[in-house]
Amino acid sequence: MKNRILYTLQLADNALIYGHRLSEWCGHGPVLEQDIALTNISLDFLGQARGFYQHAANLFNALPLAEKQGMFLSVALEEKVKKGENIDEDDLAYLRDGWDFRNLLITEQPNGDWATTVARAFYFDTFNHLYYTQLQKSNDLQLAAVAEKSLKEVTYHKRWSSEWVIRLGDGTQESHEKMQAALNDLWPFTGEMFRMTDVEQEMADGKTGVDAAALHSQWKQDIVSIIDEATLQLPEGTRLQDGGKDVRHSEHLGYILAELQFIQRAYPGMEW
Amino acid sequence: MTVRDFQQAFDEKIDREIAIEPRDWMPDNYRKTLIRQISQHAHSEIVGMLPEGNWITRAPSLRRKAVLLAKVQDEAGHGLYLYSAAETLGITRDEMYEQLHTGKAKYSSIFNYPTTSWADMGAIGWLVDGAAIMNQVALCRTSYGPYARAMVRICKEESFHQRQGYEILLQMSKGTEIQRKMVQDSINRWWWPSLMMFGPSDDNSPNTEQSMRWRVKRFTNDELRQRFVDVTVEQCNILGMKLPDPDLKWNEERGHYDFGEINWEEFWNVVNGNGPCNKERLEARTKAWENGQWVRDAALAYSEKRKQRAKSDTKAA
Ligand SMILES: [Fe+2]
Ligand SMILES: [Fe+2]
Ligand SMILES: [Fe+2]
Repeated sequence: MKNRILYTLQLADNALIYGHRLSEWCGHGPVLEQDIALTNISLDFLGQARGFYQHAANLFNALPLAEKQGMFLSVALEEKVKKGENIDEDDLAYLRDGWDFRNLLITEQPNGDWATTVARAFYFDTFNHLYYTQLQKSNDLQLAAVAEKSLKEVTYHKRWSSEWVIRLGDGTQESHEKMQAALNDLWPFTGEMFRMTDVEQEMADGKTGVDAAALHSQWKQDIVSIIDEATLQLPEGTRLQDGGKDVRHSEHLGYILAELQFIQRAYPGMEW
Repeated sequence: MTVRDFQQAFDEKIDREIAIEPRDWMPDNYRKTLIRQISQHAHSEIVGMLPEGNWITRAPSLRRKAVLLAKVQDEAGHGLYLYSAAETLGITRDEMYEQLHTGKAKYSSIFNYPTTSWADMGAIGWLVDGAAIMNQVALCRTSYGPYARAMVRICKEESFHQRQGYEILLQMSKGTEIQRKMVQDSINRWWWPSLMMFGPSDDNSPNTEQSMRWRVKRFTNDELRQRFVDVTVEQCNILGMKLPDPDLKWNEERGHYDFGEINWEEFWNVVNGNGPCNKERLEARTKAWENGQWVRDAALAYSEKRKQRAKSDTKAA
């Protein structure tokens, strides 16, 4: 059960951290319509994160006390466990530190310019689309339900980011160069999406989770067809930026959490 | 028909409360007044995204975060409707942005105040959206059709925002002592700027008479301000908070609350660009616009290419 919780948290953390990044664009987009589109997408991810966190909290609350203890390196959560309190979605989002977060490194990378945001979205959305399609078949009905609901959203996200890759790639010389540079910069982070951790392997074997490694060739085929249409080049080279799923993060995550968790940390235990 | 006939037909429509539509003849001054008012309103929606956007990444719960994101997104949508309404009068969105960025066009001064605590998300919804509704409900029946229709949609959402804002404060006021302090501090900072949102007092408001005649305005600044004070006092009492005005008291004779004098010096200072955040707000907008230039250029270039390709495809076929 512990691994099912960790697996669910990985999905939740991806959605929360990535949605957080997108929400930073709100009010600062290059075109008003795109400001609205990005906020919409950010809201979708926030909704997905909540669905996964609620499920993780329910699974956690159902555990016997001994198994709850020490699951997280969070003083505040341990405190709650000790008092016999149940936890909820906000406790998981707001009271864990970076060494309990399991999101992919790509989701915590900074927005950069519009091309960087588009490239990050393109890699991640294409992956999500394949991933959620499979997760719908999970024998964990809660996970399957969130996946099914999210698939419509993710399908739209994939279209949105693919269209922007094409528009920038096949736009002006300047946009072409920026788009290519962004694809190259984020390429090293794409390997992590398909490397299976022990937790993921166990979940996939038990038909609860998705075999991400098996999605790689389809993912590559999907992005190549868009990159071709965009008159861009598929990046080459190693893809060794890895570790988020094993709670080893970049420096960026700490700042995201400092901001995201500020009120809960400064004014603990209050209702808002 | 002569200009006089056109003018007569226009006046008749105004008198009979028939909407003026984009293709109808209208006096130059009417057009100018509307462009100024609608674009100013549109800019307010867009600049207004910034002070609240400031707390999206720090919202205290996932539910509050979702509500705030959706709210700020609504404001972007309002900006979009209003820019479109103004465009029907013969000005482009880019021209309006240009006026905003160069300081030629104004936006609501309230957004030049800083949001320094989470309670401000409540106070802005309750007071700022509340004051906006007071101003805007009357505009749902304004004489210019596209503006009136935009306002109907906008007002629905604004009243939703107001309730959500109030709900934030209500929840906090039922919480801890420190949360109640936060609420009171926020009300103290937002109350007077909210009253200023109704504009100068009637004897100092040069545009009022003509605007009333055209139903571009339906009540005077002071009438609307009074109405706002009257409803807000009651709501504040329910929160168990105080409005920061020692002169505020019920006047039996008038059937209204009396309230203290607005600090007009501060008002004109902020209008003229010297408020606490004027510089940041304008910089944020200009930066977004300038950084977005290459993106808009690319989108344009791409759509031109597509058109060209479609043309040569049909030729080939
Ligand atoms: Fe609005
Ligand atoms: Fe408004
Ligand atoms: Fe609003």
